[in-house]
Amino acid sequence: MSALATSGTVAASGYNFAYLDEQTKRMIRRAILKAIAIPGYQVPFASREMPMPYGWGTGGVQVTAAILGASDRLKVIDQGADDTTNAVSIRKFFEKTSGVATTTHTAEATIIQTRHRIPEKNLTADQVLVYQVPIPEPLRFLEPRETETRVMHALEDYGLMHVKLYEDIATHGHIATTYAYPVKVEDRYVMDPSPTPKFDNPKMNDCAALQLFGAGREKRIYALPPHTKVVSLDFDDHPFEPTKFDHACALCGATHTYLDEVITDDAGGRMFVCSDTDHCEERRAEGHRGALLGEAPAAIAGAAE
Amino acid sequence: MALARAFTDPVHGAQQTFRAVMNALARPGTLQPVDGLAEAPAPLSPVAGAIAVALADYETPLWLDAPLAAAPNVAAWLAFHTGARIITAPPQAAFALVADPAALPDLAGFALGSDIYPDRSTTLILQVADFAANTATSRLRLTGPGIKGHATLAVAGLPADIAERLAANQALFPRGVDLILAGPSAVAALPRTTRVTLVET
Amino acid sequence: MYVAVKGGERAIDNAHRLLAHARRGDPAVPEVAPAQIREQLALAVDRVMTEGSLYDRDLAAIAIKQARGDLVEAAFLVRAFRTTLPRFGATDPIDTAAMQVARRVSATFKDIPGGQVLGPTFDYTHRLIDFLLEAGADIAEPARAAADPAAMPRVTDLLGHDDLIERNPPGDPDAPVPDLTREPLDLPAGRDLRLQNLARGDEGFLLALGYSTQRGFGRTHPFAGEIRLGEVELEFVAEDVGFAVPLGEITVTECQMVNQFKGSATEPPRFTRGYGLAFGHCERKTMGMALVDRALRAGELGEEVKAPAQDEEFVLMHSDNVQATGFVEHLKLPHYVDFQAELGLIRQMRAEIAARAAAGSPDGTTLQEAAE
Repeated sequence: MSALATSGTVAASGYNFAYLDEQTKRMIRRAILKAIAIPGYQVPFASREMPMPYGWGTGGVQVTAAILGASDRLKVIDQGADDTTNAVSIRKFFEKTSGVATTTHTAEATIIQTRHRIPEKNLTADQVLVYQVPIPEPLRFLEPRETETRVMHALEDYGLMHVKLYEDIATHGHIATTYAYPVKVEDRYVMDPSPTPKFDNPKMNDCAALQLFGAGREKRIYALPPHTKVVSLDFDDHPFEPTKFDHACALCGATHTYLDEVITDDAGGRMFVCSDTDHCEERRAEGHRGALLGEAPAAIAGAAE
Repeated sequence: MALARAFTDPVHGAQQTFRAVMNALARPGTLQPVDGLAEAPAPLSPVAGAIAVALADYETPLWLDAPLAAAPNVAAWLAFHTGARIITAPPQAAFALVADPAALPDLAGFALGSDIYPDRSTTLILQVADFAANTATSRLRLTGPGIKGHATLAVAGLPADIAERLAANQALFPRGVDLILAGPSAVAALPRTTRVTLVET
Repeated sequence: MYVAVKGGERAIDNAHRLLAHARRGDPAVPEVAPAQIREQLALAVDRVMTEGSLYDRDLAAIAIKQARGDLVEAAFLVRAFRTTLPRFGATDPIDTAAMQVARRVSATFKDIPGGQVLGPTFDYTHRLIDFLLEAGADIAEPARAAADPAAMPRVTDLLGHDDLIERNPPGDPDAPVPDLTREPLDLPAGRDLRLQNLARGDEGFLLALGYSTQRGFGRTHPFAGEIRLGEVELEFVAEDVGFAVPLGEITVTECQMVNQFKGSATEPPRFTRGYGLAFGHCERKTMGMALVDRALRAGELGEEVKAPAQDEEFVLMHSDNVQATGFVEHLKLPHYVDFQAELGLIRQMRAEIAARAAAGSPDGTTLQEAAE
């Protein structure tokens, strides 16, 4: 599979290893190092124009390209699944430009690039999780001006965020944020976890893996070193509650995972299945069976092998 | 002097060196193996030379401590392999290379970043003699991000008051410098987030 | 065991095949060649070069063909190619006063040294569909005149001789040339960086913003001092050679707006400037750009900043159509994980309201209590 020439170019594509030129990689690498040194702080970087649209993961792709080495094994997921179209597209991009091995198995991967989910399986010290981030600034929807929000971060002035969450409670009886739920990192920076569901927020805290975040269009990189304290914002009388499901996965029977709702007919029929396809397949391989495993369509359940 | 390319394989050599530095910063106190560049001119160490070549370029001014600045081959070698400008004013340095960490200048003299842009700070690359427990001159107890519980790091060659200096640097957070310790065959790192105390021996 | 169906991969491959098929259209119709696009859809090529930030007519023509005529997509293709090119440095500033002019009009003076040159313009055409083009018509030879050796000074320079217009800041040949594509935009930006951003910016966005200033949202009282189109010489000083090496000629459009004056009790009033420049023939673009450039100078000129076109962060952060189209269009990517989180919350909140209604408790009270 590997088509590496010693010069670092990949014979098959003619592009530099992992597409980016070496000067660009150095610039991104330096930003990553500072991001690690200042957990939760958004480091500006000279994001390049990539051969895929902004919004399709250009930030995550640049971070992955900057850290990727010939001995890595890459996994790419979107919505928790390896088979979503954009995950397939990004995985192919790296197969073509770097020749590195890829995998769908979370446990085998050394680098996991993700959009919108954190894998269900606990990550390890040998892994790096790279997030694709659309809007890195957690205060952006409260204050659209970068010139203002960067001062708020400098002054650790997060009153606006608390007011917003509190207004949610007054209006809805709940903090009405269910994804991209803001967190505080090491008691200092309020950080956007990318649009992962708040179900995944607890996994960010004290995580054994390094977590890197890349926002291409907004030109920011930030990071959580392993075992960093990450706390979801809340109030004493309205503590943070991760999303819970009333259902088990219809395929593997899991009751602890994040579920996708699949509409099966136009008469109210629906089933709930794991969003993390690798985790679900692994459980089924271990013999776990959900209530609808035998009757779910192949497009949902996968094919028996 | 021979001006061949630094890494035999520039792309993967730089990547492996960077990844070791990244892992060292992400896990303060751990030792990450690095293949040094044997032809780095003394007193620049092979590992420090590899880190500089992997990370520095025309966008990153380099500052050299007195022993490195006094060796004319060093500046020429670094300038050739990185394209970086060698500067003499510490506050302008993106990277500072220190061959004699016992004579480490005041950390606050380097770029510390601002409250708005704390990333615009110097990364110091300190050449240390060793990380072996039996020869260590400093035994450091480390806590902070990247560390489960606490970690210990034994280093030979740091100044005796390193813990006080790092505490002062840590107190500036989010501003502050970050330290990369380049040993004979590995790197360790002390980012500004790491709280350091000396372990009595 | 069960394995994921590789539907995503197959779907992508099939979509690409179908796209190639749709691009070609009816095979009974001759295929268009990039050279035809380059020669006959030249204004599309010019726009793609400008917004793609790369002067290469052939490449832009291929991009337009590949993008099926979608000019934003074509500019994106050019940008993605451009990002892989090595940088050797910056050329010397072009001298538009020395331009080989193909068109030059001024709205401020009836006649000027060098004269008004209409050139190839739609301006006085009647917008009637020309059905002769359907069959392909013989084109009459253009009228020719002997090249006028007289200089064509810029109108703003003529005003400058009388000190009636603000002076341009002196150039500093040693100052670094900022590059938006190599460093993140830091606000507030200098005018050089702003102009770079606007030159790459979406023509439609600049047109609408420029128009808004004319309608009172940041009015600047503009006059089209001069619009000129033509070829300029590009020169590059290579460090190791030590002198300027000519690289060739490029066609540019330049628009200099002359705007209402600025003065004070001690400073005599002078007209102010707005500037637009683009590759090729992009007249609408440069006029919009010049209006927006002047509007963005509000703060510098002591005017109140209250209209969108005067708001630097608003304009510069939203001008780029490659960024904008990516982020707007990314909404069609799967978002079902987040949507599921929202579904869960809305169902929970509706269930709570239903439960309270069933228990006879007025909603307001409960919510108020919840907030306290």
